[in-house]
Amino acid sequence: MTTTTLAVLVPLLPFLAAAAGLLIGRTAPEFVRPLAVLPTLASLVLAAVVASRQGGGPAIDAATRLTPTGSVPIDLALHLDGFAVLVAVLVALVASCVQIYSTAYLRDDPRYPSYAALVSLFTSAMLLVVYSGDLMVLLVGWEVMGICSYFLVGHYWETPEARAASLKAFLVTKLGDVPFLIGLFALAADTGSFRITRILGAVAHGGLDHPTVIALLLLAGVAGKSAQFPLHTWLPDAMAGPTPVSALIHAATMVAAGIYFVARLLPVFASSGAALVVLAVMAAVTMIGSGLAALAQDDIKRVLAYSTIGQLGYMSGALAVGDRGAAVFHLVSHGAFKAVLFLAAGVVIHAAGTNSLAAMSRMSGLARRIPDAYWTMTVALLALAAIPPFAGFFSKEAVLVAAEHTALGHRHVAPAAAGWTVLVAGLLAAVLTAAYATRLWLLAFRGRGAEAPDHGRQPAAMTAVLWVLAVPTIALGLSVGVIGDWFDGHRLVPSLTTAVLSTGVGLVGGLVTYGAWRHTTALAARVPMGSVVAHPDAEPALVEIEAIEARTAAYGPAGDAPDPADPGRLLLGPLHRHAATGFHLDALYAALFVRPVQAAARLVRFLDREVVETYVRGSGTGARWLGTAVRRAQTGNVQTYLSALLAGSLVLAVAAVVFANVNAGS
Amino acid sequence: MHLAYPAVLAALLFCTGLYGVLARRNAILVLMSVELMLNAVNLNLVAFDVWLRDRLHSGQALTLFTIAIAAAEIGIGLAIVLAVYRNRGSSAVDRLRDTAETDEAETVPAGDDEDDDPADAATRPEDQATAPAGKAKKAEATP
Amino acid sequence: MTPALAAASAAPGFLSPTGVEIAFVLVGIATLGAALVTVTTRQLVHAALWLIVALGGLAVEYLLLTAEFIAWVQVLIYVGSVVVLLLFGLMLTRAPIGRSPDADSENRLPALVVAVASAAALVWVVVDAFRTTWIDLDGPAQGSTKATGSFLFRNWVLPFEALSVLLLAALVGAIVLSRKGGRADARAGGAPAAAPDREDER
Repeated sequence: MTTTTLAVLVPLLPFLAAAAGLLIGRTAPEFVRPLAVLPTLASLVLAAVVASRQGGGPAIDAATRLTPTGSVPIDLALHLDGFAVLVAVLVALVASCVQIYSTAYLRDDPRYPSYAALVSLFTSAMLLVVYSGDLMVLLVGWEVMGICSYFLVGHYWETPEARAASLKAFLVTKLGDVPFLIGLFALAADTGSFRITRILGAVAHGGLDHPTVIALLLLAGVAGKSAQFPLHTWLPDAMAGPTPVSALIHAATMVAAGIYFVARLLPVFASSGAALVVLAVMAAVTMIGSGLAALAQDDIKRVLAYSTIGQLGYMSGALAVGDRGAAVFHLVSHGAFKAVLFLAAGVVIHAAGTNSLAAMSRMSGLARRIPDAYWTMTVALLALAAIPPFAGFFSKEAVLVAAEHTALGHRHVAPAAAGWTVLVAGLLAAVLTAAYATRLWLLAFRGRGAEAPDHGRQPAAMTAVLWVLAVPTIALGLSVGVIGDWFDGHRLVPSLTTAVLSTGVGLVGGLVTYGAWRHTTALAARVPMGSVVAHPDAEPALVEIEAIEARTAAYGPAGDAPDPADPGRLLLGPLHRHAATGFHLDALYAALFVRPVQAAARLVRFLDREVVETYVRGSGTGARWLGTAVRRAQTGNVQTYLSALLAGSLVLAVAAVVFANVNAGS
Repeated sequence: MHLAYPAVLAALLFCTGLYGVLARRNAILVLMSVELMLNAVNLNLVAFDVWLRDRLHSGQALTLFTIAIAAAEIGIGLAIVLAVYRNRGSSAVDRLRDTAETDEAETVPAGDDEDDDPADAATRPEDQATAPAGKAKKAEATP
Repeated sequence: MTPALAAASAAPGFLSPTGVEIAFVLVGIATLGAALVTVTTRQLVHAALWLIVALGGLAVEYLLLTAEFIAWVQVLIYVGSVVVLLLFGLMLTRAPIGRSPDADSENRLPALVVAVASAAALVWVVVDAFRTTWIDLDGPAQGSTKATGSFLFRNWVLPFEALSVLLLAALVGAIVLSRKGGRADARAGGAPAAAPDREDER
């Protein structure tokens, strides 16, 4: 089979699996698990074959006219270059692991068939985004991912947090998607086509007429989808969904879609220096703000959520300095280790019976209970903190190298200001990343206190995928020499200065955190804190829901716990209170947008009920009054009736006679 | 003879009878006034028949028929008046208010004003058949 | 059409045309006055009696118009039976003998207005239409018994027979309506009360 056919099958198989799952999920439940796992695995195999065939060489294009629109036609097009095939392999790998993990995680869940179908649909949409060569088809995949994330984040819709979170995720990403759509239309109007190849060709030859406007509009959608400041507020709250969903959506795929899109169309963005500077500033703010916020969070998944936001900031920083190879390299490696982190966090929550770090730090021996999760999480945290020789080190280095070269003037794709912003912010963020990664590891696995409850061995499906994903986490760094060939051709090896600098600041951050932890951990014994759920045999998803509810019940809806033994409090000092709420951005948005909309809704309801309804009721009342008035004439007295009748006839007769006289000229 | 005389007399008699029909309270007086109106019509018919010298004498024939029909009508009319008198205890025309509509007839006995039309249509015939307001007015008959 | 002025100057009958007119007008005034009293008097029985005067006056008018048969039929039927029936009706409905205070309803003013307005309209229209029209009263009597009999039984037989059927129907209807205890009480008292009443009547 040709590469094109295989590439068409890659998004098609999960889509068919989703359709079949939705149709027969209830009638034939024994087929649900195979239907969830096997097509995604097949898709992974096919994606790998496509990648090996493409091999980083010239792009493979294939297209068929989908619909003529009168002005700019829409094609069903494939554009397979090195970026596309590698990201597709990542997506398919993470999706397969998530499906296998979910069979154990949600084993007793009554809504598992629809969940699995939605995950398959999501996978298919992301693969469509990755492989698509036409922007409208890409948009279809983009939007389908949006709606699937709404359904999946809201999987535990019995809890109010999940309902609110799914709606928030949907609305905030949609807020970015509207300017995104306008930007797509503007881009097509300027270049005359939705095809990526033609757009890039037009940019190369003649340039765009309105590069900054288009770039900023498109960046709005990217900011929403990839959770960059200011549209990042949905991501921490989306942790109310099941952990495998977080691993798929918020680590490897959906949030990566924005970064991937910019990487695909980087020449469009690069033609506007102002847009690149804006992107750099966004990335810087995101990196530093999310790092500080992650240090203050108590929920283990929220730490990882803010970490994702920060790492996406790194990727957008790389794009801001015009190096898409570095950005996608970091995307791939981040996808691997963040998936490990989330999936392992799921195991940790199941084993500990809580998602609160404060509670976990008062449990000892947790690491012994879950050795697979412990070791893989350790490896992934080291990768996150960019410690050599793990994958995170090499990919982060690529970003910082690109920033340094741009800042010093060796690369001219982006303005130097963008380069300096990204470089400085990146180094600061490296400190913060190492700090919160260390904090997470220490609080979760080095707790002191009562023995952690024994929930038996974790299911094999959950632990096996951890090791599967740990392989690229460890080994992806080895490909640093050749991976550049798959991308734009220039090498992505780290330079010595940046390597030493970033590793140094990382180690500094880690050690400072360790010191703070040693200092505060003595306090832990004095202040008991717990929000632990103990369900030895329950499925992990059920434990997760109850852990979320127990944590909210114990500590309130705030992100942090009132735990004096938390090293983050010592490190952040007066900033801790603000960092815990994400620097009050949610409150600001509520005041700016939510409350006016609710007030407007109340106004509309008032107008409808009091003003419009009044007219409606008034017409009824008016008719009734008219009826009452007319009824006054129905006295029942025949003589009155007759008088009226005769008077009327008389008037008519006189009128007729007068009229005849006047006409006849009597 | 000028034709105006009988014609005007007939018109005036007719209007006198009209006043009587509309203004008298006793049903028998109303019947008397109706007789006056019929007689005025008869006079008109005869006068015009004589003026036209109709070969068929339709005017006079119709006059005879009118007289006969008036007699029949007065028989039936009195029978009705007597029946009403027996039933209601009074022969006053303005006591017979069965066709009156009152405000009580509007409200549906159970529920609020915004019932659907089928509900109203279902209850209204009963209201009219029992006609509470009409009967209440009928009960005001003079002792 | 009757010649207008030519007939007026033809040989007069035993009363001059102007004489007939004078007589007609005088009797007409009397008739109208009696009619007015009928509809305005408070004494119910007097109203019936004044009605007799009015109907009699009309009979005289018919005579003046040479419609003899109709004049006598008028006296026989109207004065003879209709008014008698009306008097019976007054008696059976216990009409008050003297002045009755509520002989007129509250509808008097509108009735007066309507009546006066229609009178004015009718009289004006009639006078305006027949200003130059005269009846020729000379020549063969229009309403003699011989003439009446011949036109009635030659040209108007069918309506005559229909009229007799109508009279029969009126007779039957009056009998049915005035049955005591059958129709009338059933309407007032409901079905259970009607059964014993019917038994009583049988």
